[in-house]
Amino acid sequence: MKKSFKDRLQAWDSGQFELGDALVRETDGRRPPEKEEDVSWAHVPVGRVSQVERRLFRVLYPVLAGLLALVMIAFLLFVVEQLPAFGDALSPANSSEVIKRYIASGLTETGAVNIVAGIILDYRAFDTLGESHVLFTAAIVVFILLLAETELPDKPSDRRILMDDLIFKKTAFFLSPFILLFGTYVILNGHLGPGGGFSGGALIGAGLILVSMAFGPRVSGRIVALKSYRRIVLVSLLFYSLAKGYSFFCGANGLHTIFRPGTPGRIFSAGLILPLNIAVGLVVACTMFGFYSLFTRESV
Amino acid sequence: MLTALWNNRIEVVAVILFAVGFSTLLLHRNLLKKVIGLNIMDTAAYLFLTSLGYIRDRLSPIITDGATDPEAYVNPLPAGLVLTGIVVSVSVTAVMLGLTLRLYKRYHTLNLDEIYRMTHEEQEAER
Amino acid sequence: MDIIEIFLLSLIVVCGIATCASRNLMVSLIIFMAYSVLMSIVWAFLKAPDLAVTEAAVGAGISGILLFITLKRIRDLREEHEAGTAEEKEAGPDEEEL
Repeated sequence: MKKSFKDRLQAWDSGQFELGDALVRETDGRRPPEKEEDVSWAHVPVGRVSQVERRLFRVLYPVLAGLLALVMIAFLLFVVEQLPAFGDALSPANSSEVIKRYIASGLTETGAVNIVAGIILDYRAFDTLGESHVLFTAAIVVFILLLAETELPDKPSDRRILMDDLIFKKTAFFLSPFILLFGTYVILNGHLGPGGGFSGGALIGAGLILVSMAFGPRVSGRIVALKSYRRIVLVSLLFYSLAKGYSFFCGANGLHTIFRPGTPGRIFSAGLILPLNIAVGLVVACTMFGFYSLFTRESV
Repeated sequence: MLTALWNNRIEVVAVILFAVGFSTLLLHRNLLKKVIGLNIMDTAAYLFLTSLGYIRDRLSPIITDGATDPEAYVNPLPAGLVLTGIVVSVSVTAVMLGLTLRLYKRYHTLNLDEIYRMTHEEQEAER
Repeated sequence: MDIIEIFLLSLIVVCGIATCASRNLMVSLIIFMAYSVLMSIVWAFLKAPDLAVTEAAVGAGISGILLFITLKRIRDLREEHEAGTAEEKEAGPDEEEL
């Protein structure tokens, strides 16, 4: 039986060591009928339909769907053709007053060297506040979806993804401190360079996930106790809401007397941006790690 | 026409990726594939937005050497908007995956047609 | 610069199409993570370093991990289910003509 290149690649890959018990198992040359892996194309009709209708649907649906995608791509390409040229400084999107204001007086008004951080955490901080709440809500929804079950796992050891692999463990051992350190650096330097709460928080979350995957939840729980997850998120969101709510209440004047813009380029500068970055980073890191814990059915 | 498309090639790539994600969403029955398709659509939209903010021969929006001239930096606004969008898209992905897991636990398949059929049969049986 | 840009863009399109066309979920997940990494490089080219850092951490890291874990959970659930219904499965015709 002739195998495709992909099949041979998979067979080679899953020879001795299966990648997380994952790749397609070879059974005498033919693909096993894997139900949830059934990624064949097109839908079928549901309910009481005749055989003719069913056949018609199976022909028409992919054709019409492809046609719809083609029409959409043609329309969008037509729009793209009408757009101002790529990289044009005079296009309406790039020559608005607001952007000039953000760049020209962003440094003196917010104290942030990174203009994007100044925008998302000072000028448009409410946007970011709502967005942090979106994250929090998503975490709650996943919590409800995955933990609101009565039956508990009978074999808790099987539930966890335990990579019992020496190379992986050693690599994680050497790599995870640097990932966590780099995440902290990115959060703390959010107003000075590229990065900020979102990316740094995601990095810390990824580092914690790596630790938890390699050494089990007990070790990662030593870094951040799982019980304090909700407390950390709550305190961060409350701090954010209070700090920005106050400035909203005072006509966008904010706490500039306490948190001064300071000397641009210093780490303790840029007013509220550094504390807000820390708050957002904590929320994001805890949420990412919480997603992981929920999906692997650890207790949070 | 072709030169205009060639000049806007990043937007063209974004449109193609959007269509790829959209057709995945329409044509695949597998729920996880649909989630991936939606993610690709997300990224395509972000790529489109970011490419609109790019200005040739300018610096990235981090103030260097104290220059606060608006003519020196690219447009920082799309980056700020997309930054929040990326994080929202990952939380949307997490919610969708949670729903997928619940569906799998109930129906033991990821095939959306099978799930439809089973829910239909359940409704018929109730009637 | 132009050549690298065109190379990256064509690679992204290829990765996007391969993600959707691949019949194995594991393979398509891996290609999707490669797609995210390429996208973060393109953002670095577009002078948006914040986006590049965030996409590399979130798109390639967290989304990929979540999808992998979901796949793993689903495989565990399937094995349990198959072990549970192994006896019943012998009798009835389970598969329809789908």
